[in-house]
Amino acid sequence: MGKASSSTATKISSFVLMIIFVTLALSLTVLIVALNAFFAEQEVFAGYLLLIGFLGVAFSTYLLFQTRRRILSLRIEVPQITTTIECRKCGFKSVREFQRGDYIFKEVEPCQKCNEKMLITAIYREVREKERVRFPF
Amino acid sequence: MFELMMLLGIVLLQIDLSQIISLLYILFFVLFIFYGQRIQLQVTLREVESSLYKLKYIKDEGRRIAIETIKEIGKPQTEPTNRVDRFLEYFTISPQSLDPAGVVWKLEHILDVRDARFKDEVKLMAPAADETQANNLENTLEAAMALNYIYKVIRHYYLLGKKTLSLYVIMQLQMILPLVMREAEAYASALKAFAYGQPIGDGAGAMVAAKLMHGHQTRKLPKDCVVATVPIEGRTAYVIKAEGPGGNVGKIGDAIKTVIDENEGKIATIIMVDAALKLEGEEIGEVAEGVGTAIGGPGVDQFKIEESILKYRIPINAVIMKEDIGDAVSPMRKEIFDAVDNAIERIKHVILERTKEGDKVIIAGAGNTIGIGQ
Ligand SMILES: [Zn+2]
Repeated sequence: MGKASSSTATKISSFVLMIIFVTLALSLTVLIVALNAFFAEQEVFAGYLLLIGFLGVAFSTYLLFQTRRRILSLRIEVPQITTTIECRKCGFKSVREFQRGDYIFKEVEPCQKCNEKMLITAIYREVREKERVRFPF
Repeated sequence: MFELMMLLGIVLLQIDLSQIISLLYILFFVLFIFYGQRIQLQVTLREVESSLYKLKYIKDEGRRIAIETIKEIGKPQTEPTNRVDRFLEYFTISPQSLDPAGVVWKLEHILDVRDARFKDEVKLMAPAADETQANNLENTLEAAMALNYIYKVIRHYYLLGKKTLSLYVIMQLQMILPLVMREAEAYASALKAFAYGQPIGDGAGAMVAAKLMHGHQTRKLPKDCVVATVPIEGRTAYVIKAEGPGGNVGKIGDAIKTVIDENEGKIATIIMVDAALKLEGEEIGEVAEGVGTAIGGPGVDQFKIEESILKYRIPINAVIMKEDIGDAVSPMRKEIFDAVDNAIERIKHVILERTKEGDKVIIAGAGNTIGIGQ
């Protein structure tokens, strides 16, 4: 059911996208027609067409951005989780991706250098702050 | 196309331009005077609808992940989907508090029954899961349940608003939606962390206790807790946490009571360590210190700890690490992980300042210990 609903979501958005693109194309044609009319010295008519054309372009690009934002926000991001493994004897340290079954203070495979059992000492997620706005307060 | 446009233009040119414009103006005014609120309602409803759409997506994702994890870990003989769907609709009725005396014990009993029921259910759904995995699965299902509930409540008010077209119903919904969405997103990332058994931000307190007790002999305490006797700065510290690495909060209240009773109340101080919600603008991973029983949950454990310390008049201190709601239930951030060492330093400070050499202290790390051993 989960899969089905997400696929209908993409179907709907592609249909909407099609309509938006058709609107965009139509408004661009209207703009060209307006230019033609302008050169045929029908200024008032050209003005109307220009107005309609610009409104159409603005509306469709706005909708385009809207749907794009919605698609972007619908994805649940999968954060990168790293596991740090340490050797208590020689201090050898290695970092790898989290695997199911890892937990902090779990003993894992022996150390490459001294054959002592190694220990998971840290599991965390690093967040890269995209834009860190510093507030004056 | 071009001919059509020309035709339209010729027709338009017949009518005076200013006439059209003034007519348009009047039309707009009439429209907004009589239908302004209706239009605004529709816009708001549309906004709520898109949030609801997103909530549905999150909820379905949660359900899917839960079912997949059960299939992967539990190796059930029968298809678990039906059982999961039934589980997602489970409810718990909190005890009647008209006469509040003794309500904590009633609440505890209800929660115990709920817990036992959940454990049985998970056992049936995932017979091949060991204890740690079963605990993680239980947490995963609980997160899926929370998402399901949030979705249904928001849907209820959305449909109610649509049916009644009441400005107040719809406005209230729109006002709380940003907060609700944040919470739903937090639950969604919690669900993933639970499914994989990753430590979460809420486990910061348990992490502090784990770091303190690591390498020392531990023994089990009621219920689902462990304690280790650790020498710190010449004092004897009983370090308590929920037993990991399965998803588990333990009954810290009972564990503390047991340790106090074992020592006949001769405890110099209790230090509670927990993650706490930060205010916007505060640094994540900031460590703060105060007094009181720092422990979350439905309040049963806090009540029990306060009862047992009152009996012997034991002072209680609290050290907290700050994080926001999203960080509390999603995989532990590096900042919070790093804050653990600062919190240990603060605990040592408190011990040095508040106790004498040879004293006994209790250090209890509250929080979900998922992904954290000892
Ligand atoms: Zn080594």
